[in-house]
Amino acid sequence: MANDIAVVIEHLEGKVADISFEMLGKGRELAKASGGQLLALLLGHGVKGLAAELGCADGVIVSEHETLRHYTPEAHKQALAAILKARAPRVTLVANTAMGMDLAAGLSGSLGWSLCAYCRDARLTDGRLTAVSQIYGGKLLADADVEGPSTILSILAGSFPAEAGKAAGNPRVEEVPPPPLDKPRIRFKRLIQPEAGDVDITRQAVLVSVGRGIQSKDNIPVVEELAQALGGALSASRPIVDQGWLPKTRQVGKSGMTVKPKLYVAVGISGAPEHIEGMRGAELIVAINTDPNAPIFNVAHYGVVSDLFDVIPLLAEKLKASK
Amino acid sequence: MNIVVPVKMVPDLVEELEVDATGRALDRSFLKLRINEFDEHALEEALLLKAKHGGTVTVLALDTGEVDETLFTCLAKGADRAIKITGQFQDGVSSHAAAAVLARVLGSIPHDLILTGVQAADDRDGQVGILLASTLDLPHVSVVSGVEPAAGGKAVTARQEYAGGIMAELEVDLPAVLGIQAAREAPRYAPVSKVRQVMKTQKLEEVAAPAVEVGAGSTVSRLAKPETGGRAEILEGSPEEVADRLVAILAERGFAKR
Repeated sequence: MANDIAVVIEHLEGKVADISFEMLGKGRELAKASGGQLLALLLGHGVKGLAAELGCADGVIVSEHETLRHYTPEAHKQALAAILKARAPRVTLVANTAMGMDLAAGLSGSLGWSLCAYCRDARLTDGRLTAVSQIYGGKLLADADVEGPSTILSILAGSFPAEAGKAAGNPRVEEVPPPPLDKPRIRFKRLIQPEAGDVDITRQAVLVSVGRGIQSKDNIPVVEELAQALGGALSASRPIVDQGWLPKTRQVGKSGMTVKPKLYVAVGISGAPEHIEGMRGAELIVAINTDPNAPIFNVAHYGVVSDLFDVIPLLAEKLKASK
Repeated sequence: MNIVVPVKMVPDLVEELEVDATGRALDRSFLKLRINEFDEHALEEALLLKAKHGGTVTVLALDTGEVDETLFTCLAKGADRAIKITGQFQDGVSSHAAAAVLARVLGSIPHDLILTGVQAADDRDGQVGILLASTLDLPHVSVVSGVEPAAGGKAVTARQEYAGGIMAELEVDLPAVLGIQAAREAPRYAPVSKVRQVMKTQKLEEVAAPAVEVGAGSTVSRLAKPETGGRAEILEGSPEEVADRLVAILAERGFAKR
């Protein structure tokens, strides 16, 4: 109904993603403000059992079909569009992930509903929706007044506590078959698991992570020295891996690994939201960057505003000398 | 294969971003713009596909300012055509409006495969490529690294990156729109001399933007730097002093000896 809040549940290989619980928690808050129900939308094949984990919702709409067994943007978008068109919820929350990105913008385009992306927060006040988007690489927040009776928000992971969405409950389960998709234009072939063999950065107690500030592949040993001095491993932000300077297995962030080391040293990393998503859980974060406004300083415990080449070699040397 | 790469200019995030007097928009007076870095990856993937399998690469850009040099650089890198779409875009343009304009312009440009950057720093109302695909009713896949022709050229195989290094391999019928996360190789560099030469010998094509209507959107009421409670303690001093402080902090937590 027009006051309901819908949450698109993201799951992979039988496991509900944490971001889904974050969105359910936030959705519960929005439903209270709108006076509507909180609906979880669960798509797939053989996924009905996962509804038991979605106790935070008032209702779970399950859409099961062979064509939804593996995620494809086309089949899942089409099935969601049918549900959303019929229910016209006030707000629909979708994860701003590899899977959710195609759904959020795709549904906005197909349904003609307004969309705010990269949301860190949302508020409903007297029926008016305000969405807070984190843009410009995490440097600015934009509060926006959102038009339209139905809106889609894509939510950045880590914006809300997942715990709030893990409440026990007994939502009613409603099964809705998807509309037929006779000739899919996108066909799932296979899942490719990450290559093993290199260092598993998710298991390291100490990570020294290198970013764009390193400027050239030839400078990477400067940071590697520090990792050695701390007895840790070298990891990197996305641009370094995209340049081919370090293997994909070393990438921290949204499309790489989520790490929770005891110590994370971010060297020349500005801290785009996609990176922060992957490392904010580290126990101690030290960041070195030339830009005092770099978003990495918002999550770091200690910060140094300096040229990394002035400080890192000196720090590595002092650490080695102290052993 | 006819590949089209819409590129867009975004504020250079290395520079300081200032909010204007209204408190609702960027101060554009000293704003330095550059090509969206993901669009450079989209162009690189397009050029690699062309080199290996033949075809053409056409680059499109809305004239949001400072776009000529970017388009000439794309030509210098190996694009066959560069088209500037002129209109009132100097104060920025929403993704929905950009997608609507591009969809109309693409009506007269052959396109089998449209490659865009996966996202941009300022696409607050969604990613242009996906909105474009929805407008044209084309299949779309985002967060792609690695594209190969499939099904005798009627489709492509695209790898979509999920969290944790897991990837899905999808076969996508053409025409299609893919949001490129990373090209197979680092984007090539066009030397300034080459760009200058291209500026003298080649011309940008120009197309006037058609009038478009977009549906419900949103209006920014406040643009601000994030207020953070847990901001880092910034260590001040000479590199020597800072390094000593860091050693002490790390030693206190058992990561080093004093």
